[in-house]
Amino acid sequence: MIRPRKLLITGGLALAAWGMGYGIYYAVFVEHQTLDGLGGALATGFIRAAERQMPESQAALADAAVRNFVYVRQVDAHGHWIGLGLLLVILGIAFDRVALEPRSRSLLALALISGSVLFPLGVLLETTGRGHGPEALAAGGSALIIVGLCGAAAGFARANR
Amino acid sequence: MSAREDAIHHPPDPRTPGASAQDIPPPNARRLLVIGGLALILAGMILGDIFAAFLLHPNADRIGAALLSATDAVRAQDPDSARAAFRNIGGYLENRGTKVDAHAHMISFGYLALLLALLEPLVAFSEQRKKLLAQLFLLGATVLPAGVFLIHYVGLTGSPLRAIGWASILADFGGALVLSVCVAELIGICRGLRRLGQQSQTPPPDDPVCDRSWASRVLLSGGTLLILLGFLHGTYYAAANLYGFEARDSELLSRMATSAASGELPAANQAVSDYGRLQGVKAVNIAAHAHVIEFGILAILVAFFQPYVFYQEKWKRIWVVTLLVGSLGLPVCVLSELRFGLLAGGLADVAGLLVMIALFAMLVGVSGYTGKFRALGGGL
Repeated sequence: MIRPRKLLITGGLALAAWGMGYGIYYAVFVEHQTLDGLGGALATGFIRAAERQMPESQAALADAAVRNFVYVRQVDAHGHWIGLGLLLVILGIAFDRVALEPRSRSLLALALISGSVLFPLGVLLETTGRGHGPEALAAGGSALIIVGLCGAAAGFARANR
Repeated sequence: MSAREDAIHHPPDPRTPGASAQDIPPPNARRLLVIGGLALILAGMILGDIFAAFLLHPNADRIGAALLSATDAVRAQDPDSARAAFRNIGGYLENRGTKVDAHAHMISFGYLALLLALLEPLVAFSEQRKKLLAQLFLLGATVLPAGVFLIHYVGLTGSPLRAIGWASILADFGGALVLSVCVAELIGICRGLRRLGQQSQTPPPDDPVCDRSWASRVLLSGGTLLILLGFLHGTYYAAANLYGFEARDSELLSRMATSAASGELPAANQAVSDYGRLQGVKAVNIAAHAHVIEFGILAILVAFFQPYVFYQEKWKRIWVVTLLVGSLGLPVCVLSELRFGLLAGGLADVAGLLVMIALFAMLVGVSGYTGKFRALGGGL
């Protein structure tokens, strides 16, 4: 088996297993509590408004927005890690059909793997509120994946000629 | 021509002694995973279609009505009614979320089953152990979506835990099974790769990437392009809309509460209507993004199984084109729903049906192959 292929298959399986492990941890220890908190904050926002306690109402709705922001990113990270893991394995299986130089194929494989790890990690780190660093990490990761996919598509197309 | 291709194009007479019922080996791990995986994908798609047709829109209308009743309760200074409205919204959201989760997990596990089937030759375990792993995987892949589906109906009835019901526990058990099998398969693959490295650099005896037929090539290229399209759309959505939509979401909820509290019911109702439209825009974009990528992955996966699809070349090509047309048509039509409404929604359903028909045809083709040629001892 050529090296990029091996790298993509084992890396993809490990990433998918990591994403699933995170998903189970998240479902058992975090998700229900997060959803309860989100629903509770929304309801509190409206209940306080009905009681004409507007500052408390606005604070509860702002809290709901923060909880929603966190929830969306946690679920996104879980889904994208597994999805990208599967994609890496699938591309790995077909990677010997990518008609490019060995060095280019290795670089493509590295771009795909690092992008697949970094993009969901950046999305997850956005929940820690550390400025634009996590956003840049997520954007960089997705750019690496797009570059890798473009290269793979071009390689498949060349092989088909 | 490889032995496998030769077997496909020049099938042996099943009535010959070599293909008699006594000689047919029991179904192996790979066959279990292929048939189980395709069945899971089909079942997940059918569930998704039923969900989209009968639950999605009525559920969205119910959420809208509950939000209106919450704003009305705020205007009438009735906290109990507001609380009740949000309790109802929580129930509707849970109903929607669990159906989406069951649909998505069933399809994803189907993909994973096909993937594991492709990697079977690399897994350095005995056939018996591989079959056990395949059975455990399919059990977990069925139990998890079934458990998730039941969460809304079972709730916390009889549960020993405060926040997690029996259906969730069942779903978590299914997830743990799938995860354990994946880890075991990973260990098997690492062992297999190490052995290959020690012995020679020759590929495994049943390398899945040997088919270079038209159908396989078109599915591989088409699938990669679909995934690329999905990524580009996702990147655009995240960069241009995600943060703006989140801010607007929060702003509309706040406006609902403040307008209703100050007695401006038309403004509060407008905010509810805008909020519903915003949720629709978000849902459509996320659905298009997810579906185009998933269909791309599906196309690549079925590309590898084309040697096992027992049809004439003409019919293979017809099902390949049907699959790709449906795979591109569904996300495009889903996105067009924002502009063209129900017409685009109907076309999206037709596109989804095309994918299901093509997939079902391939499942039948694979079943035919395994039924007739497993006596050869190779492939499936």
